[in-house]
Amino acid sequence: MSLLRRLAGKRRGIDDLIFDSVNILLMLILVVVMLYPMLNTLAISLNDATDTVRGGLHILPRSFTTHNYTHVFNEAQVIRAGITSVLRTVVGTGLGVFASAMVAYTISRPHFILKRFTTLAFVLTMYMNAGLIPTYLLNRELGLIGSFWVYILPTLIGVFNLIVIRSFIEGLPETIFESARMDGAGEFVQFFKIALPLAVPVIATVSLFVAVGQWNQWFDVFIYNSSIPELSTLQYELMKVLQSTNTSGGGAADSFADSLGGQVEMVTPQSVRAAMTVVVSVPIIMVYPFLQKYFVKGLTLGGVKG
Amino acid sequence: MAQPVNPIEVKERIKYKGKHKVNLQRPKKGPKYFFRKCKEQKELLWMSVPFLIWLFIFKYLPLGGWVMAFQNFRPARGFLDQEWAGFDNFRFLFGSERFLEIMRNTLAMSIINLVLGFVTAVTLAVLLNELRNITFKRVVQTISYMPHFLSWVVVAGLVSTALSMDDGIINTVLLNLGIIDTPVMWLGVGHYFWGIIGASDVWKSVGWNSIIYLAAMTMIDQEQYEAAEIDGASRMQRIWYITLPGIKPVVVILLIMNIGYILESGFEAQYLLMNSMNMDFAENLDIYVLRYGISMANFSLATAAGMFKTIISFIFLFGANKIAEKLGEARLF
Repeated sequence: MSLLRRLAGKRRGIDDLIFDSVNILLMLILVVVMLYPMLNTLAISLNDATDTVRGGLHILPRSFTTHNYTHVFNEAQVIRAGITSVLRTVVGTGLGVFASAMVAYTISRPHFILKRFTTLAFVLTMYMNAGLIPTYLLNRELGLIGSFWVYILPTLIGVFNLIVIRSFIEGLPETIFESARMDGAGEFVQFFKIALPLAVPVIATVSLFVAVGQWNQWFDVFIYNSSIPELSTLQYELMKVLQSTNTSGGGAADSFADSLGGQVEMVTPQSVRAAMTVVVSVPIIMVYPFLQKYFVKGLTLGGVKG
Repeated sequence: MAQPVNPIEVKERIKYKGKHKVNLQRPKKGPKYFFRKCKEQKELLWMSVPFLIWLFIFKYLPLGGWVMAFQNFRPARGFLDQEWAGFDNFRFLFGSERFLEIMRNTLAMSIINLVLGFVTAVTLAVLLNELRNITFKRVVQTISYMPHFLSWVVVAGLVSTALSMDDGIINTVLLNLGIIDTPVMWLGVGHYFWGIIGASDVWKSVGWNSIIYLAAMTMIDQEQYEAAEIDGASRMQRIWYITLPGIKPVVVILLIMNIGYILESGFEAQYLLMNSMNMDFAENLDIYVLRYGISMANFSLATAAGMFKTIISFIFLFGANKIAEKLGEARLF
């Protein structure tokens, strides 16, 4: 009997060892698969363009240069698009999160007369989408086409974010609000002085979601403002470069690359694309490790309770 | 008095009036009650009504645009000053061979993404949960989330670089492993497109999607694992009988939510990776709407297609919810 147990125990030990080894191996493969494409692009962006054409470049640049980046930043359009991108991210996140938090606060109040109505009206829109064309026509009627506000207003409040914030505020102890009411605090005071400060973790999470969405958006630029260079964004500029090289192997990226002609060091569409990809991605990648501890919590809240 | 009053309530009111100095129990229903409450909750209304108006304008008003699906809409005229077409647009839509292809592509990609997405995310969460070294676990997690923050524009760029004929990593690896003899033009063959979209989607979102399952796993009672271990359950058995049942409610809810999006096979990935060679497999409902609506300005047909999508999504959502209810599982609503 004891021998059997010992054997079983031992076998379990070997099983465990195999399991752990396989698991760690799989995780290492995952890490490589996740990181390789990004590091490869980074390497191309930091490598001399003529050298890149030779091929065989993996995760380290062979012939280091920052020339591709100087080239990208010398384009006036890139700077302008960068400003628009930052602007839409900041304004869109600020206004959107504020509006979401305010509505979330009202539907978190148990006594609010429109609590159910408001909640339902918002949640229904998650699945009831009028579609591209009616939305397009509406924005045209409202005069939003050709304007910066088409990036902000139509997507001001995201329902998922609303629910996440509401769940968080509902989780706060009601006694805090009660005692504030005793002291004569109105709803606005309760919202600004109590709900908002206490909801910082969830506000941070939602801000990250909205900011990522705003920064990464290109479709609204494409649909509404593609003819207005002042309102173009980095993602849209990158999209144009990518599309032109994808389809015809030249086009915009070529002219983009050629526009600095006469220079000694050459750039190719491939290197420009890589440098631009890095420029577009680094800001958002930089932010998220700082907010990681918040968003895991926030996402869980929204998903489980939502 | 316009508003109906419960006679018993009136009697009670009369009975107690004067005898005790109690306040009259005012009715809890009807417009009067509503307006009194509104007055009381003026501030909450100030906070929410502007955004309800916003919601109405931006989300509900466009639904009125669905009338276009029943018209031969000409942008120059008003909405009601149009030629009515009845169900002609829908008839044309369902009758065209192209639309069948579009539906096939939409459903195929959406189902591939749904199944692949769920399986990989749950698997990743389980494997991460089994890692003993917390630092290693955290590093893997952080790296796996990263692609979620990249835009589809960037991801599409990375994908086409990885798949490129000359020097793309996928071809290089497969050539070195001897799986293929000559480089494959992955994006040039329509049959590969669904797989490419599925793989790209997994690459981008598997880490992110695993977060919620990992969170659900932390809710599982740890004593169950200890008891199972004492009873001699292996690692695999513990995963199968404790971890997976533990996260089942979350999986079901997410599944229902996602089934409502069954016709949302994604737009960006397909649009950005599509080219003239793989178009027959790449074009889905959203791209079709875009092509007919914006590029060809056939608003009516595009609206009909969009409307069809929303209605089907609704049916699927309610259907899935009902099935989950029947099976005694967690429900969305």
